[in-house]
Amino acid sequence: MDSFNIMFIVLAVIIASCSVLTVVSRSIMRSATYLFFTLLGTAGLYFLMGYTFLGAVQVMVYAGGIIVLYVFAILLTRGTQDKLSENTKNKIVMSALLSLVGLGIFVYIILKQNFMELLSQPGNLALTAPDESVMTMSQIGQNMLSSAEGGYILPFEAVSVLLLACIVGSLLIARKR
Amino acid sequence: MEYFLILSAIMMFAGIFGFLTRRSTLAILLSIELMLNATDINFAVFNRFMWNASGAHEGYFFSLFSIAISAAESAIAIAIMINIYRHLKDISIDKLQKMKW
Repeated sequence: MDSFNIMFIVLAVIIASCSVLTVVSRSIMRSATYLFFTLLGTAGLYFLMGYTFLGAVQVMVYAGGIIVLYVFAILLTRGTQDKLSENTKNKIVMSALLSLVGLGIFVYIILKQNFMELLSQPGNLALTAPDESVMTMSQIGQNMLSSAEGGYILPFEAVSVLLLACIVGSLLIARKR
Repeated sequence: MEYFLILSAIMMFAGIFGFLTRRSTLAILLSIELMLNATDINFAVFNRFMWNASGAHEGYFFSLFSIAISAAESAIAIAIMINIYRHLKDISIDKLQKMKW
């Protein structure tokens, strides 16, 4: 039981409980808050895997941007009374059953796979402490802006055009007439 | 590694449950964010545990771009919600039957 396992267990408990609470809590404001903690826990998982840049992006974009946007939208639309009980009991039971059966099948398949054989290759399971040597900043930058094999300049440019279109589109949609 | 995958499966099916049972459209969007986040974890975990030694980083960049795209998606969706609220004063999906007004 080293520190990696202890950290993973703490993060796993936070993520699992908060993601379930996100979908069952009555008030939508509360579920946005639980989603915030789920996303922070996910960033913690990325840090734990040594992907520090990905974790930082997760905190900035998801926790800092998207959640604030959701809270603004919730307050603007005053949709605070989200009634889970308006549904028929039948539908809730059916959905819960479907989700649990799907989860059971997923967990069964994951546990059936023998991932440990793949993991026994050298260099793959060096997971003791978070370090950024698995993916350095210069590596990210060079991959992101190279047009050679393993380069991502085309999706990079496509995402920048998409973000521009998204800014223009959301201003156009939400403007006052 | 199995435990990472099981964790993201729990997150995914919590999102599916919320997607099926919620009434308000904003709550449905929150569930969609949960599902997207679960897929991001899966990309990063598979890359880190299985292809780190061979120097491949596809999963890493996939989750990076996925985060950017989901930010764009939720911004557009929230703009649409605000517009709907301005016209109909209600954003629950039972009342939402008009496409054009």
